Amino acid sequence: MSVMSSVLLLAQEQAPAPARAEAPPLTAIWPILIVLGAACLSVLFEALLPKHLRWPGQVVLTLLTIVAAGVKLVTYVSGAPAAGETAMFGTLAVDRPALFLWGTLLALSLGAVLLIADRSVEPGGAFVATAAIRPGTVQDRAQVGSTGMQTEVFPLTLFALGGMMVFCAANDLLTMFVALEVLSLPLYLMCGLARRRRLLSQEAAVKYFLLGAFASAFFLYGVALLYGYAGSVRLADISEAAAGSDRSDTLLFAGMGLLVVGLLFKAAVGPFHTWTPDVYQGAPTPVTAFMAACTKVAAFGGILRVLQVALESTQWEWRGVLWGVAIVSMVIGAVLGLTQTDVKRMIAYSSVAHAGFLLIGSIAVTEKGLSSTLFYLLTYGFTTIATFGVISLVRDSSGEATHLSQWAGLAKRSPLLAAVFTFLLLALAGIPLTSGFVGKFVVFEAALSDGMGPLVVVALVASAVAAFFYLRVIVLMYFSEPAADGPTVTVPGAFTTAAITLGVIITLLLGIAPAFALDWASSGVFAIR
Amino acid sequence: MTPTYYLLLSALLFTIGAVGVLVRRNAIVVFMCIELMLNAVNLSLVTFARINGSLDGQIMAFFVMVVAAAEVVVGLAIIMSIFRTRRTASVDDSNLLKY
Repeated sequence: MSVMSSVLLLAQEQAPAPARAEAPPLTAIWPILIVLGAACLSVLFEALLPKHLRWPGQVVLTLLTIVAAGVKLVTYVSGAPAAGETAMFGTLAVDRPALFLWGTLLALSLGAVLLIADRSVEPGGAFVATAAIRPGTVQDRAQVGSTGMQTEVFPLTLFALGGMMVFCAANDLLTMFVALEVLSLPLYLMCGLARRRRLLSQEAAVKYFLLGAFASAFFLYGVALLYGYAGSVRLADISEAAAGSDRSDTLLFAGMGLLVVGLLFKAAVGPFHTWTPDVYQGAPTPVTAFMAACTKVAAFGGILRVLQVALESTQWEWRGVLWGVAIVSMVIGAVLGLTQTDVKRMIAYSSVAHAGFLLIGSIAVTEKGLSSTLFYLLTYGFTTIATFGVISLVRDSSGEATHLSQWAGLAKRSPLLAAVFTFLLLALAGIPLTSGFVGKFVVFEAALSDGMGPLVVVALVASAVAAFFYLRVIVLMYFSEPAADGPTVTVPGAFTTAAITLGVIITLLLGIAPAFALDWASSGVFAIR
Repeated sequence: MTPTYYLLLSALLFTIGAVGVLVRRNAIVVFMCIELMLNAVNLSLVTFARINGSLDGQIMAFFVMVVAAAEVVVGLAIIMSIFRTRRTASVDDSNLLKY
């Protein structure tokens, strides 16, 4: 009997060994494969399903995809090698920060997809029935009342999500460029699909597209110059080439500058933010939520990887410049946010200020800087999704009522909505017991321990200025008389309720008990070099 | 013939494209200037491939072409839709979103 069991044990011990050797190197990137595969399937749905089945089919497919990718990710993380591993011939680096960013992206996109799929707030959904219809025509007025919706938005979301996941795991600059386009091109289109205010929506799409393509060209020229400098686009090779060589610094510095400009544009940082307010305001609100949360995560994932892996050995050259950029970003976001009269634009300027805070964490090239930035991205994303979810509920006859004057006295009409929005604004301002406070605290602490005291002082002043315009909205909601013809607060259906609840609960949870998420964020550094 | 001249030419073309994006008014022309910038990058990629003696740069140029083609599809669709509404492709006339 004991012989039998020992033989069995031996067989069990030996069996996995050859399987591990033969296993394809795809186990690490299953989440990406699921998302991109489902995106292709979703295009087929669009072509083959009859019209009345498309919306339910697409919603079920998209939600299942995100959950399945999340499950695959969780099962992989438990057994993932601590040193990380590469996949797809070394073009993707799957290390701890990449896994954390993937998890964040999947969780945030779940909330965003719930908002996108909602059809209770606006009959038929926030998206136009047929995007080709000209605004202002008879057909356009007819489609406002119809209940159809351009369900192409679901495959576009999945493609964008896939691009984002590749972007923050890209191990070379060419993969990063292709991923950048895969995430941007669907977003350009999604911006132009709003059911109401078609003109604003189309204008947002044109502006985002032209400026986005302009920034991509800069990014690409940076890639070309760094390729000329290092003879390779692999991030580790660039760092190695810059560490000790007598090659021309012109190529290195010019390439570095152009590359970082392209990345900062995508992240809506500092002086490269000009598209942000227009696009956030014009795009359909669920798309704005997706863009504000997920694009920020992906872009800062890319920035962190480029700064900490490819440009690590030149950090003393770029640090001073990025100090300036972070200061400009915080000041622009805080000061121009004060002058806004539109809620969506105000949140856009708040996102510019937040991008400045995130950049502070990114330029602290330490373990703490990395983990605090990752944590901040998680907290900011959930708060933002819930914020835009709430904004989509305040409506009048012409659609969303986003002008600040229309929000006056809203607490008297809907105390619950006002309370939730107050909580979210306080989280954006960084008041204790919300996730925003913990996020800011860990980022500033990391910056201080890396000798960036003056920058932290500027950041604190900027936070104080920014807190003023959040408080202004709260005061407006509670201490003003509501206008007689003011907007109504729609009672949301299951999807929007779920998205807002998810965002609020996580904002509260990370504010009270952040330790577990901080542990995840600091579980490892960029290991593939 | 040193390859450096090609690098200078590509920098020049890139600059012309960038200035064009900033000063031209027609969305289609702005978009063409962006394409010029991308093609200037292709030229420098191929030149660097020659200087470095590796084929990577030439392969990358193919990737850039494919991406640029995809960008044309999306970009022209967006510009067409706004042109049909406004009967103009001028970027100055799209000025509803401000302040």
